[in-house]
Amino acid sequence: MSLFLSAATYVTVGCYALAMAIALWRMLWGPSAQDRVLALDFVYVNGMLVILVLGIRYASQMYFEAALLIALFGFVSSAAMAKFLLRGEAIE
Amino acid sequence: MNTVPLWIEVAVAALLLTSGMLSLAAALGLARLKTFFQRMHPPALASTCGAWCVTLGSVVYFSVLEGRLTVYALVVNVLVALTAPVTTTLLARAALFRKRQAGEDVPPALSKGID
Repeated sequence: MSLFLSAATYVTVGCYALAMAIALWRMLWGPSAQDRVLALDFVYVNGMLVILVLGIRYASQMYFEAALLIALFGFVSSAAMAKFLLRGEAIE
Repeated sequence: MNTVPLWIEVAVAALLLTSGMLSLAAALGLARLKTFFQRMHPPALASTCGAWCVTLGSVVYFSVLEGRLTVYALVVNVLVALTAPVTTTLLARAALFRKRQAGEDVPPALSKGID
């Protein structure tokens, strides 16, 4: 890993962290409940991308499984919360 | 393990930085747009273009590093492409339902029982 690509991965992770901070602001001060769910889903996607970039940085294939799990948990939690907003219960 | 040539590293870094900028643009859209139905659009930027750039960079980097074709980072894209539309549809229906309950000006339901 050269210094160039290493610096590029750190800048990319910094961009993701900034995006997550902005989405966190929307999640805390969002006017409605569906705004908060949308922001949480966005934070999950960004977390998955951070794990993938760290996998490139440390040249390890082990990170893909973690990224897949984060994507899966993000989908399940967002779908459950959207279903809760729609019906008042998550499992009918 | 091979050494990675410089032009491959430049390509991977360009893909990663593009993904970071797209994600940042999506977050700014999420913060600045006015209504909820407008705000539903920007996160798709991160989960389509952003994820594709990162996984393509990962595929290129690991293929060169190991000297063989390693494409299983693309599984992440398949998973995101399957799940993101489901979440978006459910959220849109929930938002329509809640705005209708609150008496806001949204299109009426097509039939009883279907939102």
